Amino acid sequence: MNIYADNAATTKMSENAINAMLPYMREVYGNPSSLYEIGQKAKEALEEFRSRAAAVLGCEAREIYFTSGGSEADNQAIVSAARSGEKKGKKHIISTAFEHHAVLHTLKKLEKEGFEVELLDVHSNGVVTADQVAKAIREDTALVTIMYANNEIGTVQPISEIGAVCREKGVLFHTDAVQAIGHVAVDIKRDNIDMLSLSAHKFHGPKGIGILYARKGIFLTNIIEGGAQERGKRAGTENLPAIAGMVVALEDATADLDGYAKKLTPLRDKLIAGLDEIPYSELNGDRDARLPGTVNFCFEGIEGESLLLLLDDKGVSASSGSACTSGSLDPSHVLLAIGRPHEVAHGSLRLSLSEDVTEEEIDYLVKSVKEVVEYLRNMSPFWRDLVTGKRPHVFAE
Amino acid sequence: MALYSEKVMDHFRNPRNVGVIENADGVGEVGNPVCGDIMKIYLKINADQIIEEVKFETFGCGSAIASSSMATELIKGQPVSEALKLTNKAVTEALDGLPAHKIHCSVLAEEAIKKAVKDYYDKNNIEYDPAIFPDDHDCEHCCGG
Repeated sequence: MNIYADNAATTKMSENAINAMLPYMREVYGNPSSLYEIGQKAKEALEEFRSRAAAVLGCEAREIYFTSGGSEADNQAIVSAARSGEKKGKKHIISTAFEHHAVLHTLKKLEKEGFEVELLDVHSNGVVTADQVAKAIREDTALVTIMYANNEIGTVQPISEIGAVCREKGVLFHTDAVQAIGHVAVDIKRDNIDMLSLSAHKFHGPKGIGILYARKGIFLTNIIEGGAQERGKRAGTENLPAIAGMVVALEDATADLDGYAKKLTPLRDKLIAGLDEIPYSELNGDRDARLPGTVNFCFEGIEGESLLLLLDDKGVSASSGSACTSGSLDPSHVLLAIGRPHEVAHGSLRLSLSEDVTEEEIDYLVKSVKEVVEYLRNMSPFWRDLVTGKRPHVFAE
Repeated sequence: MALYSEKVMDHFRNPRNVGVIENADGVGEVGNPVCGDIMKIYLKINADQIIEEVKFETFGCGSAIASSSMATELIKGQPVSEALKLTNKAVTEALDGLPAHKIHCSVLAEEAIKKAVKDYYDKNNIEYDPAIFPDDHDCEHCCGG
């Protein structure tokens, strides 16, 4: 059995999205900036897709900026808010400890320039509160940037409440909604969101394309300089085929979010219940405030990379927050942020489901993980030390 | 999968000499759970100082398991003096190479074997030059403290 259970990393493109792209490669391949017919047709299509994206997000077309993806959108949103803020003497930015690196690394850069970055605690359940945000906001706060849903553990943040606090205090609010769009109902107006980042390949659209929503009146700073595309705020010939694929995928993914949640949530919970049976393991992040398809566990006594390789042999594609898989020497900053000790964070597994997963596949996932965890524990001297009491357990049995 | 050589994957999927030797003549354990890898080597050594049996247990990534497996194969049936000459480079080469950031797994294998031999020497009051045994693996440099 082959199960792709890494949909938080990327998704398979939908046939609708693929088909939507083709005319803009085969026929309407003109440059939207050209004045002849094939160029103008491309321009018309571009603006039509912009309006359709705006309709889905509940904003105006001119508030949509097409970018190369979530990372670029995050970079531009944060840098723009910082530049606007510093002109008014505001150099304090509030975020959380478990943001995506596109946010954290941009903040690091601003810190070196003299900005003060405050990373809020996300607690053991992986959820920040609006109260924390309210308490952290100061006179000189230029921006609050908090992700809608966490990419590793899948916890959904109280964005509506956070947005209300920011609006009330007159502070710009950006949310990295890369994991949320197409998975939970995001409402820019309801949530008082000033800026939002999304990425098409997380909801069955193409890679290399995303959107930065910026409420009208917010002054954007260019990350990419050049031509006057995207109202002069993002240079480079528009990737119309990808934009077409993204907007169609966005419409499809948001058409029936209730149905999506109703179908996927019970399967997710069945997966959680199955993995919970493994002794000395624990779910990472809140059980309820969670994306419908994302499950992340830590298992004591084993290391994540060997777990992934053996799951791959069983046809299961998944990911882990261990140091060996992150390519750095430390395990996932997300797992450390929710208070997992290093030795446990190394033994993490993320399974992110797509809506076409079946009950039978969930059974197979549970069975496969159980087998591999048991196999690896049997050759682990760390596990032996835990069993014999030489080292203390972190989790309860 | 292009991450590892065929040899590494073979030793990872079918590790040789996994297990424990009860009342082993020498036991060596290196690494720690915070860094994400621990290797433990068990040796059974006869009166002629030949390694009759070797077993390992490893907590770690694919290359850590493969390095342990290969290292035990390389010293099995060898005199203790030869096992002491095993280098991490020899382990890496026998595995047809490791990715640069995984070389430390082969270092752990070399160190675990040396530590097991030292334990054997200590238990049997065999004299040796302490300089041949490195200090315990320094965790500070491998996981940033």
